[in-house]
Amino acid sequence: MQETNSVGIVAAQTAHFAQPLTLKSGAVLPQFDLVYETYGSLNADKSNAVLICHALSGTHHVAGKYSADDKYPGWWDNLIGPNKPLDTNKFFVIGVNNLGGCHGSTGSASTNPATGQPWGAQFPVVTVEDWVASQAMLADYLGIKQLAAVVGGSLGGMQAMQWTLAYPERVCHALVIASAPNLTAQNMAFNEVARQAIITDPEFHGGDYYAHGVVPRRGLRIARMLGHITYLSDDAMGAKFGRKLKDGIHYSFDAEFEMESYLRYQGDKFAGEFDANTYLRMTRALDYYDPALSFNNDLSLAFKQVKAAFLVVSFTSDWRFSPARSREIVKALLDNERTVSYAEVTAAHGHDAFLMPDAHYHEILRTYLNKVQV
Amino acid sequence: MNPTAQNNVKITNSVLQFRQDFAIISNWVGFGSKVLDLGCGDGELLQFLRLGLEVKGYGVEKDDANWLACMDNGSNVIQMDLEDGLSGFEDQSFDTVILSQTLQAMHNTEDIVQEMLRVGREVIVTFPNFGYWRNRLQIANGRMPVSKALPYQWYDTPNVHLCTINDFDQFCKNHKIRILERCVITNSKTVHFMANLLGNLAMYRLKAA
Repeated sequence: MQETNSVGIVAAQTAHFAQPLTLKSGAVLPQFDLVYETYGSLNADKSNAVLICHALSGTHHVAGKYSADDKYPGWWDNLIGPNKPLDTNKFFVIGVNNLGGCHGSTGSASTNPATGQPWGAQFPVVTVEDWVASQAMLADYLGIKQLAAVVGGSLGGMQAMQWTLAYPERVCHALVIASAPNLTAQNMAFNEVARQAIITDPEFHGGDYYAHGVVPRRGLRIARMLGHITYLSDDAMGAKFGRKLKDGIHYSFDAEFEMESYLRYQGDKFAGEFDANTYLRMTRALDYYDPALSFNNDLSLAFKQVKAAFLVVSFTSDWRFSPARSREIVKALLDNERTVSYAEVTAAHGHDAFLMPDAHYHEILRTYLNKVQV
Repeated sequence: MNPTAQNNVKITNSVLQFRQDFAIISNWVGFGSKVLDLGCGDGELLQFLRLGLEVKGYGVEKDDANWLACMDNGSNVIQMDLEDGLSGFEDQSFDTVILSQTLQAMHNTEDIVQEMLRVGREVIVTFPNFGYWRNRLQIANGRMPVSKALPYQWYDTPNVHLCTINDFDQFCKNHKIRILERCVITNSKTVHFMANLLGNLAMYRLKAA
């Protein structure tokens, strides 16, 4: 049955960029593809475009379904559609898969034109800055000079922030959700454990596992299991699983607790569909992002060039991207007398809350986006 | 395109109604100045100051419903609890910091006044005068005062630090706070005589000594 507030059946498109892109690392991508989706219609003066930036494991498939019998819609479908908080009757919404991704945009599994083989380990380490530069090229490709808004949660929020720093004239509003101005040592430490799980998997083959016809499933699975623990709060895990057993204690190391079978299920599912090289690069991009670094670690100084208005949102139970980190962003904007609002949502779900259809959270986004002029 | 969320302002009925306290506050706030309104509620005062004086305003509000109303009114609004202080704001970074009819509900009263004086070059504090004769009359009759300005029963009131005008004058003296101006009103009229007895709402314009 067709939902009345769904964007409906969608299809991905590919933009090919034949010009070389010099990355922050100095490496050059001779050419690349970005796969993207759009929802709603671009208005005559092209002033209603909203870019959605994805987080660690996200894709360009943000809303809608590929076919009527698709089991799941896009990853932020609860937010985007006709009359939803990000209303596609008003906005032209763009979802894009980032460079280095594994859902169609050029990444490690793509063919390296120089060798005719998969890029594998040779695919460069990409950064938030590189993603935003390539997204700006996609905006050019679509004929969009200025975005009404850039929206992102977590790593996506970092991209929204970076847009306002790299292209202050090209973005009117940044919605930075459950994000941070950089990662703390503890936060980076989780990424390091996840990467070590992948890199030490015998089937990783130094990143060139494609040639061996294998994937480092075990490493990817453990990386994802670890990630899932950090995306949930203790309370949320307690409420969801507690100490519940599937069918009693058997004095074994099988998945006896429901929490264990959940983590194993999530790990297996992810290992079957995600690319290990992409996971390494996404986590590295998180680690490296630090816009204050070249401003003597003064975020307020880094934000001097910002012109966009900001909505910053955090969630009380999010310990991986805590409210305190969002307040640092707010302070840097206040120090520069920028237009900023900040909401701290009382939520039990931890970091995952930014993807949940919490009524108050959605009302915050709806109220803000209603005010955005196009 | 204007990169602010402050357009499309919905002019609420209450803004069109005459509010004497808003009028006095707007006399104390400079045109185009930078204003922080603590406990801004639905953003009515900020909207009034923005429309009348083109101030650059920010509200601070803890309550979810008020936050939404404030955003809907077109104001910048920062969600935080005033009891935690104003650590997200730099020293002397605002022309005026306002605490409108919220002082009496604060637990850390001394802290918030000191924080306001740190962040604002000037501070405006308004509160219901507990010394108002109608309050005294209710006490004399053996009951806790309930009125339009104090619309709560003793058991459900958020007001934990009610004070009189004389109390607040003494507070300022003890804390070496300069009173630049004081205005006392009752039923939208300024009270010039026996303010602590005849005044319903006390309004102060303050500065650190």
